[in-house]
Amino acid sequence: MSLKDALLSGKFAITGEVAPKRGSDLTHLMESASHLAPHVDAINVTDNQRASVRISSLVVSKALLDAGHEPVYQLTCRDRNRIALQSDLMGAWALGIGNVLVVSGDHPGKGDNPSAKPVYDLDSVQLLGAISGLNSGRDIAGNELHGATGFFAGAAANPAAQDLDAEVARVRMKISQGARFFQTQAVYDAEVFGSFMDRVGDLDAYFLAGIVPLKSARMANFMNDNIPGIDVPKKMIAELEASDDQERTGMEQAARIIKKLASHCDGVHLMTLGAEKNVGRILELAGLKDERL
Amino acid sequence: MIITESKPFEEVVESLRGSKRVLVLGCGRCATSCETGGEKQVDDMCERLRAEGFEAEAGMVEAQCDERLSKLALRGKSFDAVLAMSCGSGTQAIEALTGKAVVPSNNTLFLGVIKPGRRYEERCTLCGECLLAETGGICPVTRCSKGLLNGPCGGSADGKCEVGDGRDCAWAMINEKLRLLGKEEDIGKVHKARRNMARSRPRKVERE
Repeated sequence: MSLKDALLSGKFAITGEVAPKRGSDLTHLMESASHLAPHVDAINVTDNQRASVRISSLVVSKALLDAGHEPVYQLTCRDRNRIALQSDLMGAWALGIGNVLVVSGDHPGKGDNPSAKPVYDLDSVQLLGAISGLNSGRDIAGNELHGATGFFAGAAANPAAQDLDAEVARVRMKISQGARFFQTQAVYDAEVFGSFMDRVGDLDAYFLAGIVPLKSARMANFMNDNIPGIDVPKKMIAELEASDDQERTGMEQAARIIKKLASHCDGVHLMTLGAEKNVGRILELAGLKDERL
Repeated sequence: MIITESKPFEEVVESLRGSKRVLVLGCGRCATSCETGGEKQVDDMCERLRAEGFEAEAGMVEAQCDERLSKLALRGKSFDAVLAMSCGSGTQAIEALTGKAVVPSNNTLFLGVIKPGRRYEERCTLCGECLLAETGGICPVTRCSKGLLNGPCGGSADGKCEVGDGRDCAWAMINEKLRLLGKEEDIGKVHKARRNMARSRPRKVERE
């Protein structure tokens, strides 16, 4: 069952994520994907994440597809103008890739090629509009396509945004331009997520809560200090510090939060940052494990 | 205001190598305000160039980028090279008026404001499609690191930009200003993709 069908049918969807590496060897990545595949509805492929040079998310998405997995092809606005974006999107659809997730993309100044020219010809809201256009057979300039696309388009949201009104307004903008599903920034506080969802109300889109299992207290502190929109509660960090197996404790914490969030959202998006082998166990602890693919 | 900074003196000397008589030409507008091409900087430059063995003559134009004014300033002058103490536009106005070498003493940085304490901040990208009426008078094209028209992005936290160095998130400022102006309904208004054709370079305007 595709991610779209899973969500449309009301099933609690689970997605995972692999992060392409700098280099042409896909072995490690395919291994990560095979850990995820039995447990998830789809696997995200990040696009030059953290503004660093990585093997193409389009190519990796196709490699996942060939291996029998369902990809969510991530596409940032940072590196391509509207010609390249639309060209890659048509190519992705022609290759059989049906899910796309659009984000602005970290600024190049934060990455491994800090002198790179930032493009941002379109922003994520405008790119969603362009995808809707491609889906209806027109490019963003209104020119007719030889063969439309039919993407299930997604976008990002931040439930812990300080200006929640503006964040919800932006979610509405994205939906108005064609976003059908959202994957959120990592959630550690179910109440924060709950109040975000209350504000979102009954908007016509599916929401997958972002889950980043913590591997250690050190990782939690690093994320609090370095990643915008992340706020790991002190209590969770203290629990990790007190544990003699921090990775296992982190998995239990992730399972607990998934259980608490489940009634507020349509699924979860697990970002395991290299620890894909843990996903089966986390879902089992959360009472969600089943053989999916 | 066109904000400029002085090039290192060694670079200026290197670029004048091969010339003997140098006309050091200041500009009475932006470069004077930036202290990179006013009368004082022109006199200092002449003195330093003389110490390097050049024959330096001082000159001043009210606005180098106005070719009519620059033409008058060059009239009757004799030189091998002009050192333009202005912006890139002023330098090129001089270039168009003489067959001699014209070199800049400044790097041209941006179009911005002068804040108290000799701080200079960029404000305008010269995009040709001014959005300020819709964004509370704060330009996202210039002041958002990504130039996003529908921000803020996920990198905005505590009103600051993910790029760091303390820079403010333009969209956090815009949304705050829109609320202050009672224009909450404009938060969440979708801005369409820009017409980059309007910025196809070089741009020209002709008026009757």
